[in-house]
Amino acid sequence: MALLEVKNLGISFGGLRAVDGLNMTIEEGSLVGLIGPNGAGKTTVFNLLTGVYRPTDGIIRLDGTDLVGKNPSQICQAGIARTFQNIRLFSDMTVADNVKAALHNQISYSLAGSLLHTPHYRKKEKEIDGRAMEILRVFELDQFAGYKAANLPYGKQRKLEIARALATNPRLLLLDEPAAGMNPNETAELMETIKFLRKEFQVTILLIEHDMKLVAGICEELTVLNFGEVLCQGKTADVLKDPQVITAYLGE
Amino acid sequence: MKKYGKQIIGCVAAAAVYAAVMILVNGGFLSRQMMSLIIPVCMNIILAVSLCMVVGFLGELSLGHAAFMSIGAYSGALILKSGLPTVAALPLAVLVGGVCAALLGLLVGIPVLRLRGDYLAITTLGFGEIIKSVFNAATPVTGGAGGLKKIPPVTTYRNFTFVYILMLLVILLVSNLVKSRHGRAICAIRDNYIAAEAIGIKVSFFKTMAFVIAAFMAGMAGVVYAGNIGILKPVNFDYNTSIEILVMVVLGGMGNITGSIIAAFLLTVLPEMLRGLSNYRMLVYAIALIAMMLFNNSPLKRMLVEKHNMRQAGKIE
Amino acid sequence: MALLNGILAQLLNGLRIGSIYALIALGYTMVYGIAKMINFAHGDIIMVGAYALYVFVSLLHVHPALAVVLTIGFCAVMGITIEKIAYKPLRNAQRLAVLITAIGVSYLLQNLALLIFKATPIPFGSIIRVPSITVGEITISGLTMVTLAVTAVVMVGLTLFVNHTKMGHSMLAVSEDQGAAKLMGINVDRTITITFAIGSALAAVAGILYISQYESLLPTLGALPGIKAFVAAVLGGIGSIPGAMIGGLVLGIIESMSKAYISTQLADAIVFSMLVVVLLLKPSGILGKLSIEKV
Repeated sequence: MALLEVKNLGISFGGLRAVDGLNMTIEEGSLVGLIGPNGAGKTTVFNLLTGVYRPTDGIIRLDGTDLVGKNPSQICQAGIARTFQNIRLFSDMTVADNVKAALHNQISYSLAGSLLHTPHYRKKEKEIDGRAMEILRVFELDQFAGYKAANLPYGKQRKLEIARALATNPRLLLLDEPAAGMNPNETAELMETIKFLRKEFQVTILLIEHDMKLVAGICEELTVLNFGEVLCQGKTADVLKDPQVITAYLGE
Repeated sequence: MKKYGKQIIGCVAAAAVYAAVMILVNGGFLSRQMMSLIIPVCMNIILAVSLCMVVGFLGELSLGHAAFMSIGAYSGALILKSGLPTVAALPLAVLVGGVCAALLGLLVGIPVLRLRGDYLAITTLGFGEIIKSVFNAATPVTGGAGGLKKIPPVTTYRNFTFVYILMLLVILLVSNLVKSRHGRAICAIRDNYIAAEAIGIKVSFFKTMAFVIAAFMAGMAGVVYAGNIGILKPVNFDYNTSIEILVMVVLGGMGNITGSIIAAFLLTVLPEMLRGLSNYRMLVYAIALIAMMLFNNSPLKRMLVEKHNMRQAGKIE
Repeated sequence: MALLNGILAQLLNGLRIGSIYALIALGYTMVYGIAKMINFAHGDIIMVGAYALYVFVSLLHVHPALAVVLTIGFCAVMGITIEKIAYKPLRNAQRLAVLITAIGVSYLLQNLALLIFKATPIPFGSIIRVPSITVGEITISGLTMVTLAVTAVVMVGLTLFVNHTKMGHSMLAVSEDQGAAKLMGINVDRTITITFAIGSALAAVAGILYISQYESLLPTLGALPGIKAFVAAVLGGIGSIPGAMIGGLVLGIIESMSKAYISTQLADAIVFSMLVVVLLLKPSGILGKLSIEKV
């Protein structure tokens, strides 16, 4: 069975049909790209998958469980984590606390523990510390653990957002334009990181990206959206050769 | 051992303050006026620290903190007046006062916390006014506008130890909470509630939790107030009282527990010491609020922060 | 019949106080629409207006008609000054900071009035002297007629101003999208200044009508009508001018009906409960539109 199954997904804002009849299956372990011109509805798809918007119609299933109607925090616990196009870090918190906050449901203890700092609390906090540092090390952010997230340079903020999403231990990771605003070196580095974390965390990835080099370099399959509808779907190499896709991107 | 350094400093400071107050009181070094300030200082610290959690950590403006205090004060006062011996009545009153305030916090919080920002602030203010009206109208129980009188004076400076322990407990609980998974969730909601939801934090649950805990503490402070002042009137718990607590939190640096404690202390003691200027007290509060906000957002402050950031960024590169 | 007359009389009462709420609510709604902030000090401008009128009429012995004009002008200038000093530097700040500043300004105004005019209420007779008329068994006071007439004129005038003048269009544009308005060559700062001036002028009118009704000056007299008018603005849908009018009138009627038929003491509680209920059931108010944060 596919990890993610999306059938006939659609949403209307007033009269506008932002996404219409989207069908998509993502196999466990794959790395899929969601591309399309600006305004095609890519981020809206992410918002639908993560429960920020409630679809007008359609089905979303993660490993057979229906996700429609669940709120974002439930969907996160079901196993989908995401990053945001416009970075949304907890900017006044430290880098380490950003990741620790995401471990909230992974390593848990009671409110009494929090208020009284019981031995159980100490033990679990130690575990949280260890896990957070482990994740930060993957992204080479461990040396900045004590810094305020807002003080990180842009590229590292993007990385921290991915680290935070991974801390929730997702089965499916949604990356919304992870390379936006990065220079070619940073993008190349990011590609390596994505490849690495895919193996390291055994996570399935769906990403939105405009950087075709990145898309062609790491995605195995692509779905192309245009005006809220699927224009084309398939193996990366085939899709990028499709005349319809080229027209949508470059015009007639 | 370094890890516990802060805690040791805290314990030593708490013990030193206690010893100092005991010596001053028992040695007769304090004027009557200063003695009468000891309990209000503790009470205001409880109020400020609890509001600090809502405004500083949760990042929502509650203008109804005095309402929670009033629920605690009235329910606690009724128990104090019940004729039980003080040893039993006082802890029971504090507990009941806190629980009643927490229940109200839950009742108010569940609907109100679905709102955000300005709307939430105004609605808490509205709730404060509603509760005041209800106390005014419920004359048989509360004595109405005339006041609930003859509350036994159980939290005067003679009972400093009890109130002081209560205050320390509140400070400890709040500062502990902040350094925990629950505290991180609350701060995450403040910084970006959409991202907080996206990492699996139940936003409304944690907002309500912070709100209810703060209400519980404000309710306990209300009981201390009742046992200290002896008479309760609904006007004592109006919007101005909420604002006074807010001023303490804001001057304390919003989200800084130590700052809130210092501000609560200064804003309780200074007005009494500067009696001649008491007419200007509120005016000074108003100006302080505006000045703090303007400074926090001024080019000067931005420059200072930028300098700090540059230093950090420098280390990163 | 007596019951019906009673209800009609209360309805008129409600319309009178509701008109005042509507005038204040307009200020809240316009400022919110354009500066995206709740001007907490708006209610206190009513108080400033009332005291200003008192100073002009009773202390400086200015002719009442001129005094009204001077009062409106004074409040408008006051509004502009507050905006320039306290709010403008915070235009890009956190909302919490802006809100706290506005509370500070409100507090400042109240306490300045307290220092200057002291806490004892100052009696101040109405400057509106219009005879009442009787229709059937119902007597309509002169004040009610003047209040309703003034409010009607202001509402029509404001609607025409917003919809048919260049400045009005700028206001609509700024409230829609400040950034885009700036790019289209609209002077955003000036538009905001004018909005504050108009809002404060309306608050002055409300203050004059309010004090003519209650005839007693107190430094805190603006706080309660201010908050209630805010409730009215939310009720009507914050940001919407017709919404503020409807919200104000509805709130006035609810208040006077609850005072007459439920409980005087609980009337305020009922009004605030309205706010809570509206915010929970239809947070966008009667005529407002809800903005959703873009993710």
